[in-house]
Amino acid sequence: MTSQIEATSAPHPIGDSVRRVDAREKVVGSAMFADDLQFGAGLLYARIKRSHLPHALIKRIDTSKARALPGVKAVVTGEDYAGHIGLYLQDRFIFCRDRVRYVGDPVAGVAAVSEEIAEQAVELIEVEYEPLPGVFDPEYGASPEAPLLHPDLGQYEVANFIFPEPGTNISNHFRIRKGDVDAAWAQCAAIVERKYRIPHVQHVPIEPHVATARVDENGKVRLWGSSQSPFAQRNLIAKSLGLSQSDVQVIAPYVGGGFGCKAGVSMEALAVAIAMKVKGRPVKLRLTREEEFYTAFVRQGLVAYFKMGCDAQGRLLAMENRFYWDGGAYTEYGVNITRAAGYSSSGPYNVPNVKTDSYCVYTNHPVGGPMRGFGMPEMHAGLEQCIDELALAVHMDPVQFRKINCIKTGDTLVTGMTMHATGLSECLTRAAEAIGWGRKEPPSAPNKRRGKGIALMWKAPAMPPNAGSSAKVALNEDGTVTVSVGGQEIGQGSFTIAAQMAAAALGVPIDWVRVATPLDTNYSPYEWQTVASRLTWSMGNAITAAARDARRQILEMVAKAWNENIEDLDIIDGKVISYKSEEAISLKNIVIYGIPLPNDQGWVGGPVLGRGSFMPTYVTGLDAETGQGPRAVVHYTTGAQAVEVEVDMDTGRVRVLRGVAAFDVGKAINPEMVRAQMEGGFVQGLSTALFESLQLKEGVLQNPSFVDYRIATSTDVPPDIETIIVEVAQDDGPWGARGIGEHAMVPTIPAIANAIYDAIGIRVGAPPYTSEKVYLAMLEAGLVEE
Amino acid sequence: MANHRITLKINGEYEQVDVPSQMTLLQMLRDKLAFTGTKNGCNAGECGACTVLLNGEPVNSCMILAVECQGAEIVTVEGLAQDGVLDPVQQAIIDHGGVQCGFCTPGVLISARALINRNPHPTPDEISEALVGNLCRCTGYLRIVDAIQDAAARQESLAARL
Repeated sequence: MTSQIEATSAPHPIGDSVRRVDAREKVVGSAMFADDLQFGAGLLYARIKRSHLPHALIKRIDTSKARALPGVKAVVTGEDYAGHIGLYLQDRFIFCRDRVRYVGDPVAGVAAVSEEIAEQAVELIEVEYEPLPGVFDPEYGASPEAPLLHPDLGQYEVANFIFPEPGTNISNHFRIRKGDVDAAWAQCAAIVERKYRIPHVQHVPIEPHVATARVDENGKVRLWGSSQSPFAQRNLIAKSLGLSQSDVQVIAPYVGGGFGCKAGVSMEALAVAIAMKVKGRPVKLRLTREEEFYTAFVRQGLVAYFKMGCDAQGRLLAMENRFYWDGGAYTEYGVNITRAAGYSSSGPYNVPNVKTDSYCVYTNHPVGGPMRGFGMPEMHAGLEQCIDELALAVHMDPVQFRKINCIKTGDTLVTGMTMHATGLSECLTRAAEAIGWGRKEPPSAPNKRRGKGIALMWKAPAMPPNAGSSAKVALNEDGTVTVSVGGQEIGQGSFTIAAQMAAAALGVPIDWVRVATPLDTNYSPYEWQTVASRLTWSMGNAITAAARDARRQILEMVAKAWNENIEDLDIIDGKVISYKSEEAISLKNIVIYGIPLPNDQGWVGGPVLGRGSFMPTYVTGLDAETGQGPRAVVHYTTGAQAVEVEVDMDTGRVRVLRGVAAFDVGKAINPEMVRAQMEGGFVQGLSTALFESLQLKEGVLQNPSFVDYRIATSTDVPPDIETIIVEVAQDDGPWGARGIGEHAMVPTIPAIANAIYDAIGIRVGAPPYTSEKVYLAMLEAGLVEE
Repeated sequence: MANHRITLKINGEYEQVDVPSQMTLLQMLRDKLAFTGTKNGCNAGECGACTVLLNGEPVNSCMILAVECQGAEIVTVEGLAQDGVLDPVQQAIIDHGGVQCGFCTPGVLISARALINRNPHPTPDEISEALVGNLCRCTGYLRIVDAIQDAAARQESLAARL
C-alpha cells in the first residue's frame, strides 16, 4: 500500500491547478527577498573594484588611500585568497591575483559603513595594469594564433566528464562520432550548410544579485543571498576557502527571478571574502543594474556550423556540426553547456550518421553561465532553420519533413541511448494544427506581409550524473504538514507542486501543507541545485518518498493502536480510516502525541517525520572520443512551437501575432502553472528573437541598461499564446512528470525566423531580428527600395 | 548632508521622518520605514519595480527625492489590502496565475490600481500601455493583463452591490 501512491483511492490534487502557495504573500508585499532582510546598525556595505580592461597583467595594487578613508572597515584583494573556485573546472580566484580577463573582473573589494563611502574607497584604489592582447571571438580563440588566456589550464581541478585542452583556450572539447558521416554525404539528395552567430544575452531577472555575509569569531560563515543553489554555494565557497561545508550556512529566501544567473557561485564569494576581514559584522553586496548586465553570468555567444543532408524521400542521413561557444573569461557552467550541446547536437531528430565537435573557448568576454535552456536555444536557433531549408531543398513541407524525422519512442539517439516514451510527434501535429499550418492569412495592411513558422526542440537536464535531492515531511500538532526541501522557489512554482505532491502522497488536503521557508543549508535537506528544470522530477521524487515514509509511520502507529493490519488502513482527507473496522481518526494530535492504548496500557507512535531522497543511478559516462554510451542523460523533454508573424515592409518591424506552444511534460502536476511556464518562456524567447543582444566591443559592454538593452514589455506580446499540454509519462517521474521550465523558450528564435522567411523569403541572419536588421536585409534583397 | 524632517501620509497613516537631502523616496520607504514590499530593480526609473502612488499618480519611487514628499500621500503595495481583504487587483492576479517570482508584482499592482482608478473599464490594449513601464521577466504579461481586466470588472460589480 505504501509503495503505490497511485493506488490510493482518495481524491488528490495532482493535476489540479491549485493556487500558488506563495501568491498571497507576494501580492501583499510581505514575501521576503534577500534585499529585504534587516541586519541592523552593524551592517557594512561592500563595493567592488573591477577591471576596466578585458585582458591585462596586474602589476601593482595600492589600497592605502582607500584604507585611510574614514568609514572604511576592510579592503580585500587577490593577495588575501589563493584558493581557486569553480563548478566543473576550477579556473578562477575569488579576487584576481595576477591578471584580469574581462571588463568587470573583481580586483579588490571594500567594506564600509555606507554604500557611498564604499564607492568612494573603490575609486581610491589604484591598480597598475599591463594590457595584453584579447580574444573576442570564440572561433579565433580556438585557433593556435590566439593569445593564451589560461596558461595554467592543465593544472586546474576538473570534473571527469570535462575535457580541457591545455596549451589552448579550449576549456572543453566534446565529440560525437556516430556512424560514418563522410560516406553518408554521397547518398544525400540534398545538403544544406550554414553558419550562425548567436549573440550573448543577459538573464535580466528584475531582482539584481544581492548577498550578505557574516563570519563569526570561530570562522563560521553565514551567507544570505538570492540563490538558486544554496548547497552548491556552500560547497564551492567552503572548498575555495578551506572550510568544512558544515561551517558554511547559506540562507536563501525567495528569488526574484533567476533563469540560471543565480545558480552556482558568482558574486557571493566576494561578499564572504570581504566579511572574513570584519568578523562579526554582516557585509552586504548588491549589484547595480549596470553590474548586473556586465558582471553577472551571461548566456554565452555561439558560432555554429551546421551541415545536414537527407535523401530524396526527406529522410535525414547525416549531420556534421561544429560549435564554438564563447565561454568568456572563466567557465563556471560553460564547459557543461558545451557538453550538453554535443550530446544533443542532432536536435530532436533521428540521424544515423553524426559528427559533432563542440568547443568551449576562453575569451575576454563576461563569464558564460547557465541560462534558461542551457545552450539549447542557441543551438536550436540555427539547427531548426537548417531543417526548414533542407525540407525546402527536397520540396517537402517543413512539418511533413519533421514528422518523418523527429525522435520517436525507441529511436537510437545521437549518443547511442535509446529514447524513452515521448510525445514529440503529437506536439508537432497539434502545434501545426493550432497555428493553421498551410493556410496563409491576409495581412492587416497592404504594406505588411504575414508568415508562419514552426520549430521543434528537445532538452535533457544537464547535470552531473548523480545530482541528488532530498526532502522532509513533518507533521504538526493540528495535523498540518511542513514540507522541507532544498530546491528553490524562483517563480516557477516549485513550492506549490511540493505541497501538491506531499498532500497527494500523504492523503491530506492541500491547504494543510506548508513549505518551510527560507531555504537554509543548516535546516533544509540537501538539493543539488535549482537548475536544469529538474525539481518537479527529482525533488518531486524525494518529496513523494518522504511523504510515503511519513504515511507508513502513521499507518503503523494506527494499526498497532487498533490491532489491525496496515493493509486495511488508508489516509484520506487527513483522516486515517479502516476499510475493515470502518473506524476513522483525524491526524490531528496523533501525529505528535501518539495514540493511547486502551485501559491506560501506554502509548504508541510519536512525532511523525518522513524522509526521502532521490538520485538517478543509471546515467553512464560517454566515450571521450565518440561521445557514445548507454545512457547519456536521465530523460528529454520535447516540444514544438509555432508562430504567425507580420512584417512591416516600411519599417522592418516584426510583430508576433500568435504563438502556439506544445510540450510533452509527462504529467502536468499543476496544469495552469505548466501553461504559465509555456507562456512566460515563449515571451522570453520572443524577446531574445526580436530585441536582445549584449553589444560587446573589444570586451566592453555598450548597452548595460534597460534603455539600451531592451526586453519585451507588455506591448510586445501577442494577445494569444495557445498552450497545449501533452502527457506521455516519464517512467521514473512522480506521477509521470518531467520538467518544463527551460524548454518553453528553446524553439522560439527559429520558429520566428522560419515565420519571417515564410513572410518575406529572407533569412535575416543572426538574431535579434530588430526592425533595423530586417529592413536592411529587405533592402539588400531588393524587396524594398530606399 | 543636511537632514530634513518631513511629514507625510503612507498607506493612510501619518509618518514623520528625518531624511538626508539625497535620499530617494524608495530608500526612505525601504530603509527608514521597512516598507520592503516596494522593490529596487534598477534604481534608474527603468523597470517599474519600485512603483508607488504619489498623490494618486504612479511614480518610480527611485526617481523621487524623499524631501519632495513633504505633505504627500503615498500608497505602497502594503497599503492595497484593507483589513485583510485583498484589493481586487491583488485577488485577480492570484486567480489568473499572474504571479511567478513576485519581484515585479508590487509595482505591477500599483500601476494596475492607478489605471483602474482613472479608467474603470480599460481595454486589453490600454492595460498593456499602462504596464509598459513595469518589466516582468517571468510571466509574459498575458495573465497580468487578463487579471487587471477581470479586476476592473470585479470592482464594478462590487461597487454596484454597495
